[in-house]
Amino acid sequence: MTAIAFPAPDATILARRGEIIAGLTQLVPAECLVTSDIEMRVFETDALTAYRRMPLAVVLPRNTQEVSAILRYCNDLHVPVIPRGAGTSLSGGAIPQEDAVVIGVAKMNRILEVDTFNRFIRVEAGVTNLGVSNAIVAEGFFYAPDPSSQLACTIGGNVGMNSGGAHCLKYGVTSNNVLGVKMVLMDGEIVEVGGPGPDHPGFDLLGFIVGSEGQLGIVTEATLRILPIAEGARPVLFGFASSEIAGACVAAIIAAGIIPVAMEFMDKAAVAICEAFAGAGYPLHVEALLIIEVEGSETEMDAQLAQIIAIAQQHEVQVIRQSQSAMEAAQIWKGRKSAFGATGRVADYICMDGTVPTGQLSYVLKRTGEIVKEYGLRVANVFHAGDGNMHPLIMYNVNDPKEQEKAEAAGNDILKLCVDVGGCLTGEHGVGIEKRDLMRHQYADVDLQQQMRVRAAFDEAWLLNPAKVFPLDGRVMG
Amino acid sequence: MTDFFPTSEAEAAAFISDCAAAGKTIRILGGGTRARLARDIAADAQLSTQNLTGVTLYEPAEMVISARSGTPVREVLALIDQHNQMLPFEPLDHRTLLATTGEPTMGGLAATNASGPRRIYAGAARDHLIGARFVNGRGEIVKSGGRVMKNVTGLDLVKVHCGAYGTLGLLTEVTFKLRPKPERVATLIYKRLDEASAIRLLGEALGSPFEITGAAYLPIGHGRDFSRALLRIEGFDASVSYRIDELRRRFAAYATPREALEGPDADRLWRAVRDVEFLSAPAEAPLWRLSVKPSDAAACVAHLRAIDGARYFYDLGGGLIWFTDPSGQNAALIRDTLAAMNGHATLVRGPDALRQAVPPFSPLPAAQEKLMRSVKHAFDPQRLINPDLMYPGL
Repeated sequence: MTAIAFPAPDATILARRGEIIAGLTQLVPAECLVTSDIEMRVFETDALTAYRRMPLAVVLPRNTQEVSAILRYCNDLHVPVIPRGAGTSLSGGAIPQEDAVVIGVAKMNRILEVDTFNRFIRVEAGVTNLGVSNAIVAEGFFYAPDPSSQLACTIGGNVGMNSGGAHCLKYGVTSNNVLGVKMVLMDGEIVEVGGPGPDHPGFDLLGFIVGSEGQLGIVTEATLRILPIAEGARPVLFGFASSEIAGACVAAIIAAGIIPVAMEFMDKAAVAICEAFAGAGYPLHVEALLIIEVEGSETEMDAQLAQIIAIAQQHEVQVIRQSQSAMEAAQIWKGRKSAFGATGRVADYICMDGTVPTGQLSYVLKRTGEIVKEYGLRVANVFHAGDGNMHPLIMYNVNDPKEQEKAEAAGNDILKLCVDVGGCLTGEHGVGIEKRDLMRHQYADVDLQQQMRVRAAFDEAWLLNPAKVFPLDGRVMG
Repeated sequence: MTDFFPTSEAEAAAFISDCAAAGKTIRILGGGTRARLARDIAADAQLSTQNLTGVTLYEPAEMVISARSGTPVREVLALIDQHNQMLPFEPLDHRTLLATTGEPTMGGLAATNASGPRRIYAGAARDHLIGARFVNGRGEIVKSGGRVMKNVTGLDLVKVHCGAYGTLGLLTEVTFKLRPKPERVATLIYKRLDEASAIRLLGEALGSPFEITGAAYLPIGHGRDFSRALLRIEGFDASVSYRIDELRRRFAAYATPREALEGPDADRLWRAVRDVEFLSAPAEAPLWRLSVKPSDAAACVAHLRAIDGARYFYDLGGGLIWFTDPSGQNAALIRDTLAAMNGHATLVRGPDALRQAVPPFSPLPAAQEKLMRSVKHAFDPQRLINPDLMYPGL
């Protein structure tokens, strides 16, 4: 019924399940091992819930040494391994397969070192994204990348997916904010890459590791750059008569030399859905809404907003709503941040994640509407306009296999469109299983082969998260 | 040694492909201004990017620029300056410190991850390189990344080229994201602070919400007969005024800086910090780039200060120390001192004999070295491109 293929499980591994579990019990205590069907149910999918597979077993190690022992054991037996953070991946990056052991980092959730003078924090991989900021907020610091799932998602998952968020326009994505990692390779070898200082000898392996979707190793600790919290932050709502005008306004703000800390876009459908859920006070009559956040002192925010408002007025802005209090500001963000959950109340949906050059935003929005309509479905658009990272939410009925196929086909058409206008298949969610088979639309074979050779340089036998990212056929080893 | 000057990416790929078939090694050269970094190598052929020039894409409204690797940095800066934009990492120009001539190129900048004082706020060249085209050691043309700010499609092959000194392939085109130039730049100068206090001041200022974009400390003798701690603030006029006042007030206990320095004098001062001008002479005096946690910086220098004729200054809030060891006799002491603090020491300049005797980069732990070799093999299986440049046998 579903379009994305999984590799056939290795029967010899399935046949040895009992023996493999017995081996794992020698490596970790019983409370770290999940093997009954009913308990493994939680791990059979991630946030790409249309797909699910029961794993061979789930291990929740407590430290790097245990991860190392488990990986060495699986490597020796040639058993695939699926690394898992909190399972919030929207691209199916953490979906298991029947012949694989899931290694979850949930139990590794300690803050190891806070150093505000040198502006870094060292944490275990299972700490949540928000947990990092919460550990340093009292000292006036925060961790910049802020995916919408930040309450639940782990730093290990963020490193794997190179996660982004609303504030990446100013502060960059995960790869700009990770200083170093401790990682276990498939053969059990523990390596430390990078660290708090500015220069490190050798190749910039962190560049590969961040965003590698758990294919190069399992990250057990990360050293993260932390930043001082701005004196104040203020989001403002702007309502426009059309998506085109809103898009032009975004471009004009950037062209004027202003980099707000966030510029979020919502179309009419998304505004209605989020407002019904969060009661954020969003205007329901506009065709497009921008949430633009500025930060600094009161004087600085006033000055920057005056410039932004002047530009918006040149773009026939219909509504300007400034937050008057911290509570109103939180409410505005609550509406935006709950977009995915709120849409889930209305319909089942798949969330796309293409990035386009910002000059192409209006065109891609228009074509997205047309594509989805051609398939007889509905779409809501909510995304990071400042960096062109689009999130069409394609709504369908999950109980209707034909609708699911249509939704996936529409999604594929939209992602191809993103690539065709000079963008890419994914800006922050990753390739996972979802976009694996579209990789050839963005890359020539030779490009993919180079990536695969690097992948194999870390994991020669392709045991780590093997059915993800790269098309299943034509795989290249080291 | 044959010299080759391809005029297109296809020509370059054909040449490398021929070399691969014949098993010939290739040294890559851009403008040659950074050619004395890393190790000296011998190769069968030399490929120069000097004819691979030109900006291939510039979208000011999208803050992105692509240029062929041989394009002079100067041309790119002049072009983006017309639109009030900049390369945010403030690229270091190595000519003064290496006593080289010629034109720094975009490819050389990317390959050496050449970044200046603004790195502490904006990140290094690697953080801004979002796309690259390159020819690997098999002679294949490979592209990775692109022109959009957010892209996590597959493995990021882009960042690893920054600081790989061309050992993973010939970069043919690089794409950087840009930022608007600030409306106003001002520098607060705190005079006559001792090193420990100065570094504490820099660290505390960097931990404040005022977005410090430069934090350096120049001991006595670096242009003045008193020491100077420098804090740079950038942004819109109103913001800069506000932040200057706040910083003065908040850090009044350290010293009272005079009126903030702005304009050409301030530009010259930061350029001197960026390009290590204070330590450019004598041209052969061994020069080290020391990387530590800022809180360890003063202690690190305290260990090394007794070295005869040592001179040094601090950038990046203390995390980067430029250090000269005129006799060239103290490499082991320098390396050991940094290693004990979990830091790293890179020999950036020195006479040929010293550069042959002392590895320019800190040694790697075995597991990491093994990974590095696997990665090199994935790009250049025959070890043809810039072989041995970073480490012997790599």
